[in-house]
Amino acid sequence: MRRALVGACALAVGSGPIGVFLMLRRMSLTGDAMAHAILPGAAIGYLVSGLSLGAMTVGGIAAGLTVALLSGLVARVTPLREDASMAAFYLISLALGVTIVSLRGSNVDLLHVLFGSVLALDDATLLLLAGVASLSTLVLALILRPLILDCVDPGFLRSVSRAGLPVHLIFVTLVVLNLVAGFHALGTLLSVGLMMLPAVSARFWSEDITAMMALSVLFGMLASAAGLLASYHLGLPSGPAIILAAGIICCLSVLAGRRDGLLLRLLPARHRTA
Amino acid sequence: MRGAIHFDNLTLGYDRHPAVHHLSGRIEPGSLLAIVGPNGAGKSTLLKGITGALKPLQGRVAFENVTRADIAYLPQAADLDRSFPLSVFDLVSTGNWRRSGFFGRLNRDHRARIHEAIAAVGLTGFEARAIGTLSGGQLQRALFARLIVQDARVILLDEPFTAIDAKTVADLLALVKNWHGEARTILAVLHDLDLVRAQFPETLLLAREPVAWGETAMVLAAHKRLAARAMIEAPDDDAAPCTRAA
Repeated sequence: MRRALVGACALAVGSGPIGVFLMLRRMSLTGDAMAHAILPGAAIGYLVSGLSLGAMTVGGIAAGLTVALLSGLVARVTPLREDASMAAFYLISLALGVTIVSLRGSNVDLLHVLFGSVLALDDATLLLLAGVASLSTLVLALILRPLILDCVDPGFLRSVSRAGLPVHLIFVTLVVLNLVAGFHALGTLLSVGLMMLPAVSARFWSEDITAMMALSVLFGMLASAAGLLASYHLGLPSGPAIILAAGIICCLSVLAGRRDGLLLRLLPARHRTA
Repeated sequence: MRGAIHFDNLTLGYDRHPAVHHLSGRIEPGSLLAIVGPNGAGKSTLLKGITGALKPLQGRVAFENVTRADIAYLPQAADLDRSFPLSVFDLVSTGNWRRSGFFGRLNRDHRARIHEAIAAVGLTGFEARAIGTLSGGQLQRALFARLIVQDARVILLDEPFTAIDAKTVADLLALVKNWHGEARTILAVLHDLDLVRAQFPETLLLAREPVAWGETAMVLAAHKRLAARAMIEAPDDDAAPCTRAA
């Protein structure tokens, strides 16, 4: 239980800020697609050496990066848009992954890969989650300025620096890393939940991007604690409970958020003179 | 003297179709050059060719004592994501990129310069405002402030005064004249010929081919006769490869 909380909080630290940028870059669903794309890599890792942390991690990262790079490449050399090529590749990847898992594994294994097992995190997995969270925080700090500029005014960034493409690739790598870390705890389907839901919630509380990132981490941790408590006391499956908790925070934010929240509109307020 | 740009039989275009065809000439350092011509005449394309965003189909752009790093470029409709949560101060401060780069912090001088630039474009008091809340003219003022902070030797402006009110045009034009006084090289794509006649000593009339280039009065006289309007705008997929030497 305590391990689960530590693991989920580590995930929140790494994924939250990444989610904020995915949202601001209008790539919210890309995270979802990437999460599916990871499956065949993890499955092949599983085929080779069973439920082994290392093999499934390496496989997942390899598969995620392959899909990201291939779809980026196809989008650049053909008129196909990146979202369409991403959809094509992740679907292929997902089908491949499910096929591989069902060829060899049992249903229990499939469930593990799809939904994770946050209550069964061992030391090695915890270290992996913490490592990914640290690495992604550090790297994000290093590329923060060009990444923001690449979101706001890519043309200007191109005119002053060649950093745009490398920064984009580093960012996509961070997305994949965090998703792979997330799938050990929450499974491939839900790992993107701790990335996007806290980020979307944070957007309703601040205009400032630094504050948004901090809030997304905070919301992620809150959701982890609340979800695990609910799962313990009500006997719910823990992974989905965490994401549901994040979902409740998200809905509350949409309703009551300080910035653009729906309830704010209902409050009577006279317009200002200037 | 720094800032000369040289076009050597330059042809720029897309998919092998020329948009700027066999342009040769030299822009002296400290020039204030207006680029005029009908829509689709290759004006924006020429600016992209100068920044290096577009590779020449033939010929080249050469710089004397200038590198691409000395060029500041204000595109026609900045592909700016205005929904991004960024303040006016932050937007203008991105002009400081060459000095602060990835990690460099903004020191007191940099900050002072940014505040001065914001004041010079008349946006004092807007520093903390999100860029999404600015009007078109205010955003253009902010982008000019960024140009001031960039402090570039060569400044390329693509239709900087389109859809901008008279007062803002006058203010921004004063900045351009100011840069001219500081011997910077300025190229501006413009459609308002009265403004060109009044403010720009030198003009290039482009209609895919360079039609006339020189003193503004002379070039605008040529504009009246304008063969330019008769230019065939559509690219022809069956057109033969061009064999002209220069």
